[in-house]
Amino acid sequence: MPERIRRLLPNLKSILNLRRLAAGAILLPVASAALAGWDTLNMPVGVTEVSRIVYDLHMLIFWICVVIGIVVFGAMFYSILMHRKSRGVTAATFHESTTVEVIWTVIPFIILVAMAVPATATLIKMEDSGQSEMTIKITGYQWLWRYDYLDHDFGFYSFLSTSRDSIRDRAEKGEHYLLEVDRPLVIPTNTKIRLLVTANDVIHAWWVPDLALKRDAIPGFINELWTQIDDPGVYRGQCAELCGRDHGFMPIEVHAVPPDEYRAWVEKQTASVAE
Amino acid sequence: MSEIAAAHDDHHDYHPSGLWRWVTTTNHKDIGTLYLWLAMIMFFIGGAMALVIRTELFSPGLQFVDPQFFNSMTTLHALVMIFGVVMPAFTGLANWQIPLMVGATDMALPRLNNWSFWILPFAFAMLLSTMFMDGGGPAGGWTLYPPLTLQTGNALPFVIFSIHFMGMSSIMGAINIIATIVNMRAPGMHMMKMPLFVWTWLITAFLLIAVMPVLAGGVTMLLTDKFFGTSFFNAAGGGDPVMFQHIFWFFGHPEVYILILPSFGVVSSILPTFSRKPLFGYSSMVYATASIAFLSFVVWAHHMFTVGMPLAGELFFMFATMLIAVPTGVKVFNWVATMWRGSMTFETPMLFAIGFIIMFTIGGFSGLMLAIVPADFQYHDSYFVVAHFHYVLVPGSIFAIMAAVYYWLPKWTGNHYPERLGKWHFWLSTIFVNLTFFPMHFVGLAGMPRRIPDYALQFADYNMLASIGAFGFGFAQLLFLYIVVVTIRGGEKATDQVWEGAEGLEWTLPSPPPYHSFTTPPVVR
Repeated sequence: MPERIRRLLPNLKSILNLRRLAAGAILLPVASAALAGWDTLNMPVGVTEVSRIVYDLHMLIFWICVVIGIVVFGAMFYSILMHRKSRGVTAATFHESTTVEVIWTVIPFIILVAMAVPATATLIKMEDSGQSEMTIKITGYQWLWRYDYLDHDFGFYSFLSTSRDSIRDRAEKGEHYLLEVDRPLVIPTNTKIRLLVTANDVIHAWWVPDLALKRDAIPGFINELWTQIDDPGVYRGQCAELCGRDHGFMPIEVHAVPPDEYRAWVEKQTASVAE
Repeated sequence: MSEIAAAHDDHHDYHPSGLWRWVTTTNHKDIGTLYLWLAMIMFFIGGAMALVIRTELFSPGLQFVDPQFFNSMTTLHALVMIFGVVMPAFTGLANWQIPLMVGATDMALPRLNNWSFWILPFAFAMLLSTMFMDGGGPAGGWTLYPPLTLQTGNALPFVIFSIHFMGMSSIMGAINIIATIVNMRAPGMHMMKMPLFVWTWLITAFLLIAVMPVLAGGVTMLLTDKFFGTSFFNAAGGGDPVMFQHIFWFFGHPEVYILILPSFGVVSSILPTFSRKPLFGYSSMVYATASIAFLSFVVWAHHMFTVGMPLAGELFFMFATMLIAVPTGVKVFNWVATMWRGSMTFETPMLFAIGFIIMFTIGGFSGLMLAIVPADFQYHDSYFVVAHFHYVLVPGSIFAIMAAVYYWLPKWTGNHYPERLGKWHFWLSTIFVNLTFFPMHFVGLAGMPRRIPDYALQFADYNMLASIGAFGFGFAQLLFLYIVVVTIRGGEKATDQVWEGAEGLEWTLPSPPPYHSFTTPPVVR
């Protein structure tokens, strides 16, 4: 216990730094919304065809909810403002109407059908992993990931590379704090890739928001996913299913590279395995 | 004549005083009070756990607690708030109000009533004691998914046993409520004349009886997997870890309606009173509640869209889940229609009821978004989900409970609560609850997983806001405690009717009502 308290002290000081607190409470939300923009507020559009469709679906439903909200809350606030006793109104006595009940049962139903149609089409597309050009097996462990390139007979473990010191506030936190690994998953762009997801101990979940991919990694089960990335880049994610003490410390880093660069990388890997 | 009879009854009543009164009581009001105080105590314990979580999440990095302890805080916070706060609070309200509202003397099964309450303090003492055991408290999440939960240390059997206790208590409470509603209604109180609070509780009680045994079965299988060599959920032994999730959520989804249906009843009682206008669409409210309860049994797998179900399964659970929006929408529209062209005043219960409708509806919208499977793959297990269920549970269920307490406290105690302080409590709670949970939508969409003790730097600002909000909300609740205590001790005397627009049997009794509510059954026309 005293050990814990001692470790706490310098941190308390840094946390209760008044300037930072004031900035956090007043300036940052405004500033961050303006500077960092949409990224910190909304789902990423992502870099695959599927992720863009999912984003559009998300925004469609969001706007439908906003419109319904404006209508319902608008009626409510109008009523709150106008139909108050202090304005001297007397209450009406109506208390039922089959017609309006039918109307507000049927209209939401139609809206739901309108939502269900694109959702179903998207889902069917997402679940079709046929005609994939290569396969990678992803295995979750407490608390790291393993990637096996099944077409090339090699694989490796991928650990968090953020230092303990920066987690414990004893060193500066880098730009990709907690979202960086020692050996990232390298995959080619413009290639339909099948991902097989499983786990070796408890249930994990492999989630990369930019690819709109999330699937549970379950011991004894193999789940299937697919992706096809358009733009080269680094995409980061995290384990999404509580898997024990270091659940928050097993990130995912995906490097999408052009196909020739990928082939060169594979050759280097297989060569080092052969040695 | 009836006065003589009442005096005669009193003479024979055995009224021990002090602690013994509360231990031996079979009176529905005493037991209701016990349930409500238990909920109040657990609310502060569960709230303290939430503040441990929010303290660690105040800024990036690990500063205060070990990740394992953090996980046991999230686990226990959920178990305490669900089983120790919302469920006992609603059972307490049911105990106080159902006999008053249907014109009965007491609950149908008074001794069972005593037992179903007194199990609970022991269950929670046992649950909370696990924090001090070897290996720490349960840290696998309140959903107890294996295999992770099977890694729990000595705490596991105690957690499971305490869940069995809570389940027994809930089932006995539910049996009592059904028996009371079915058998003890005053002459003329037909089913379709019952107040909606009674209706929603009747339906909730059936849900409890249907699903608590399912949870008990599920956790018992965990117990035998851990200690008796079975492999229900162990793939290496031919079992299936996903089966636990199906069993758990077959309990878990009806459970979330157990946590919200009585709120619908509370709000449906309060709105007409302060709008001075009858509830709009009474019968459609009853049918909507029944439809929600029915649908709650066929949507469970929407909690587990990412486990890798077949396409047909995902589609079925998506459509069924979306369908729940229809009866829920009917309820919200009926509430707005009840307020429409009323003559409204805005005392504290009304404020909490209106806050409930708005913020529960926001939680309903995010629930609808979560039903859409392709988008759910992004939302699942992110802070978006945390925002969603806290919107329906805190400014949802908890606000409804507070609305109910403010609404009926003058009836229970005979004293008015301090109105100005009540309004302060409402506004502080509303501001801080939104400051806490609204930013969680943003970080969730931007990619922050739930149940993590530390997070990437881009989530820092909104987490800091949420933590500030959480402390504000927590301390605002001390005001609630203060208001309840001063109202019990005294205050401006309440009339029998208490509220100008109040209608129903409970308002025909004196405030506070006599020890045995209706010694002669009232006649309902």
